[in-house]
Amino acid sequence: MLRLDSVSRRFGEQHVLDGISLTVPDGQLLSVVGPSGCGKSTLLRTIAGLLPAQEGTVTVDGTPVTGVPERLAVVFQEYGRSLLPWLTVRDNVALPLRRRGLGRAARRAEAETILERVGLHGVARRRPRELSGGMQQRVAIARALVCRPSLLLMDEPFGSLDAGTREDLEDLLLEVHRADETTIVFVTHDIDESVYVGDRVVVLSAGPGSRVVRDLPVTLPGERDQITTRGSTAFVTLRTEVGRAVRAVRGAPPEGPR
Amino acid sequence: MTRRDPTRRRELLLGLLGAAAAFGICEAVSRAGLVRRSYLPPASEVVVRAVRLAGDRAFLDGIGVTLRAWALGLGLACALAVPLGLLLGTVPVVEAATRAVLEFLRPLPSVALIPLVSLLLGSGTETEVTLIAYASLWPVLFNTVYGLGETDPLARDTLRAFGFGRLAVLLRADLPATAPFIAAGVRISASVALILAVATELLSGFGQGLGIFIAQAQTSTDGTRDVLAGVVWAGALGLAVNGILAGAEHRLFAWAREPRPEARRPRRTTPQPWTRTHPGRDHP
Repeated sequence: MLRLDSVSRRFGEQHVLDGISLTVPDGQLLSVVGPSGCGKSTLLRTIAGLLPAQEGTVTVDGTPVTGVPERLAVVFQEYGRSLLPWLTVRDNVALPLRRRGLGRAARRAEAETILERVGLHGVARRRPRELSGGMQQRVAIARALVCRPSLLLMDEPFGSLDAGTREDLEDLLLEVHRADETTIVFVTHDIDESVYVGDRVVVLSAGPGSRVVRDLPVTLPGERDQITTRGSTAFVTLRTEVGRAVRAVRGAPPEGPR
Repeated sequence: MTRRDPTRRRELLLGLLGAAAAFGICEAVSRAGLVRRSYLPPASEVVVRAVRLAGDRAFLDGIGVTLRAWALGLGLACALAVPLGLLLGTVPVVEAATRAVLEFLRPLPSVALIPLVSLLLGSGTETEVTLIAYASLWPVLFNTVYGLGETDPLARDTLRAFGFGRLAVLLRADLPATAPFIAAGVRISASVALILAVATELLSGFGQGLGIFIAQAQTSTDGTRDVLAGVVWAGALGLAVNGILAGAEHRLFAWAREPRPEARRPRRTTPQPWTRTHPGRDHP
């Protein structure tokens, strides 16, 4: 279980996060939406222990986060910078396993299994930059899954991909989540995406000084698909509600320009 | 590939043409009697002499001695400069504390230190290796520090997020990312090291080596021709070393030539003295 107790963070005089409290039960996929610059990435980095919380506490499974929590994995939006260009795809994926004292052959075998699982075949020996953006992000997802994380943080992971690739990867994420029941915090600025992949959507207010302004359970069936789910009344109702909340925090009129 | 091959062939052709023209001009100037033959013997005679030297046992032993000192000095320089560069590039306090000293030492012409070091260490291999190491330290050191500044902070964060500690991040993210810069530094140092090897031998004046050969040739009959033949060897060695190292860089760091995504550059608060010697071709 992930718990945030009035977490605040400042950069200089600027308040970025202002008393964020959240509890994410095990196995939940929490979508975090908010306008750009609202501190979503800062929130994620704070949970990851990459930035220390200045006020408040983050606890993972009851232990307060001081450094990077154990069994954590992160997927960043900038896959091209997050994957190491000098390693092959396979060695990139096998990298987190180095901390588990596995031999080279075992690491590579695990990496290849997980690559198959995310739908990548025959690219193990290529280098990341030889692949398309969507494939690179699949590699990054494989790398995040390889050490069976109990907490997976994703920072706008599909933000720079084209629509089709994005749908494929959203479905891949849902499939992985169903199978592994990992706790996932999924940051996005895409309202539809937040509802489509999430079990729950949290809307952050615009910075400076972000707070949680809306917290909605996603009442959609576990089995989702891009066409029927997105066309269902329940989906439309939810995305409208989330959309209104995001517009409100941006200070835009609730129904859009007339 | 298809686009690059003709370009390469053209470059090679132009290079050969330039060499042939230089050869032709030297030959013509000497043959036409514009310069006295004892000042500038025809290029063909120099080249023939240089080729003959390849069969001269004593001369080859001398080349061996020079190359050994070169390799020892360059190796020593790398062994010192890379760890020192990693330290300077990752611990700002150390960098700030040593900057003044380094900036004082760096512009000293290494050749000017030959008499001093000879006085302290005698005129043997120790002196030669020390001077070579000193002179070749700088390009490797500065390129290491510069390369570290270019490491993508997101690569570091990724490794940290997977639970790697500070040292592991340094070895697995910073060091490989910096390797192409270090290699470019080593290639530059390799030429500097050759200059220092020959210069130290020339000035110390006894023992064995390419510099000694050149120094002794000055005093013999037909001296200019032999001196120039020695110079041709020095140039050829430099060319070969550079070619081998550039080829190795090209093979090892193919990944660094791939188009890379725009990285947010780490902001520096202080102006950097490090000069940029970019590996491979420049990124757009």
